[in-house]
Amino acid sequence: MTPLVDFSRRYHFSASHRLHVDALTEEQNYATFGKCNNPHGHGHNYTLELTLRGPVDPATGMVLNLSALDAIVHDRIMTRFDLQNLNCDPVFEKLVSSTENLCRTAWKLLDGSELGTAVLQRLRIEETSNNFFEYAGKDNER
Amino acid sequence: MILLTRKAEFAAAHYYWNDHWSAEENARVFGKCANRNGHGHNYTLEVTVAGQVDPVTGFVVDLKKLKDLMNTEVVDVYDHRHLNHEVPEFRNRIPTTENMAISIWERLHGAILHQLPGATLHRVRIYENPDLFADYYGGGPA
Repeated sequence: MTPLVDFSRRYHFSASHRLHVDALTEEQNYATFGKCNNPHGHGHNYTLELTLRGPVDPATGMVLNLSALDAIVHDRIMTRFDLQNLNCDPVFEKLVSSTENLCRTAWKLLDGSELGTAVLQRLRIEETSNNFFEYAGKDNER
Repeated sequence: MILLTRKAEFAAAHYYWNDHWSAEENARVFGKCANRNGHGHNYTLEVTVAGQVDPVTGFVVDLKKLKDLMNTEVVDVYDHRHLNHEVPEFRNRIPTTENMAISIWERLHGAILHQLPGATLHRVRIYENPDLFADYYGGGPA
């Protein structure tokens, strides 16, 4: 039996955003989102932490070759979000660019990637060193 | 049931190489990590044990004993060593982060059962650097 190991890698990107819902009034937006609703937006240094679970390949000693994962994350996440305004991304046209929604978006972008025998187990985004969000790809479940 | 985690740090050298492959294949798969002169990391080890809180001491385990065990079984063997050349389990096992997690589990699991009554090893987490780590929860021979 090949042992299953969780392999985690952290990536860093910076982006701006503004929490705002068009359907709410200006006052309601400010009451809900506070300074995160400031009209010109603000930014964060985000950390994306991916955990992949899989058997360790006896030939390489690896769950997945790091360079393969780096290439996937570069293509699907970094080029899209790093040094960008999240609200300008099509996915956030009608979706609040909260880090919760960013987690679910990143999961959708990465799920189905060519990960060999590994599966995406958990995705975590740190918005600041004090705020972070985790998603395991399962909605409507606890 | 409480989970209790203790950290330790060590520094070691390693390289990635599969003896069954040509030099070109090793270089293609492992990249810079295949350099036979080796390279090194500051590793951080997190050992998590599970157990009930002793009503007399308030402890899950005596932390000093856990520290001593981590030192004798792992840190003293790995610290300031070349993993490929000086640590027996890596003669036939590539010292990737994944395989290190499994090897450290194998070193600690029985020792904790025998020497720390009431505690079981729950998780081994090994950081190669702050952005790359592997978790192993047991569950199968290598």
